[in-house]
Amino acid sequence: MTEVEAVDSHESHLIERIRAGDRGLFHELIRPYERSVYLLAYSVLHSPEDAEEVAQETMLRAFTHLNQLRADVKFKRWLLTIAINEARMRRRKDRKHLYESLDAVQDRAPEGEFMPREIADWRDIPSKALESKELRRAVDRALMRLPPIYHEVFLLRDVQHLSVEETAQTLGLTAAAVKTRMHRARLQMREELSPFFKKRWIDRLPFRKGKNPW
Amino acid sequence: MVSCHEVLRELSNYIDRDVDPRLRAEIEAHLAQCRRCSMVLDTTRKMLYIVGDDRVFEVPAGFSQRLHAALAKGIGA
Ligand SMILES: [Zn+2]
Repeated sequence: MTEVEAVDSHESHLIERIRAGDRGLFHELIRPYERSVYLLAYSVLHSPEDAEEVAQETMLRAFTHLNQLRADVKFKRWLLTIAINEARMRRRKDRKHLYESLDAVQDRAPEGEFMPREIADWRDIPSKALESKELRRAVDRALMRLPPIYHEVFLLRDVQHLSVEETAQTLGLTAAAVKTRMHRARLQMREELSPFFKKRWIDRLPFRKGKNPW
Repeated sequence: MVSCHEVLRELSNYIDRDVDPRLRAEIEAHLAQCRRCSMVLDTTRKMLYIVGDDRVFEVPAGFSQRLHAALAKGIGA
């Protein structure tokens, strides 16, 4: 059994027991995903308080609807779908966000098979840097500048490491739309964080702020 | 030979190894001699590495405890 299969089988077992009445096991079932649910809600709402409330509502909703989870759908994806719906409902209630982004995204590329991201040499990013408050703030600021439709895709795909297909299913998009949004999100995130890279790690590279090759 | 524009358009797919072998080879040939595209690729990968690290995104202090407390109340267990 692979690690993924072992997790799936453990989950199916938990779900069966919860459905059979062992409610307390629901705490265990959701524990691996609470962070993902919070971050996804945060990506939609941009407010820690709202994201936390949505995370709580999501878990309660998942509990009351657990009977509707089909055997062929992974619990994680199902849970994240609930989270995104709850978060969007809350956003619609919020007057600041009465506009829903209606960006038309062209279905350009044919659907591709998901391949794991290439492992490159990252040793020049000091481990300590990843724990720095300054970096966290810079990443947060950069994320907040992403339009919500890019933010959601970026968060699921590049922060939560869902596949293109899983991201598409969770958000109700085509794989091609996911890829297009992901591409734009990545370029914008790179752009937003470049001053930080420059200062910290890439002094030796010939990058000049504001001079893009495209 | 592919142009900078084409390389950057395919950058994300290239990073995900989602381009066909022929285009991949052309992109690699371009990258080998274009410092600016190489730099964009390098910094994009660094960005992805950073945002993919669990330490970069935090949940608020006490989030998990509050969540499970609310849940315990909601489901009665
Ligand atoms: Zn180039």
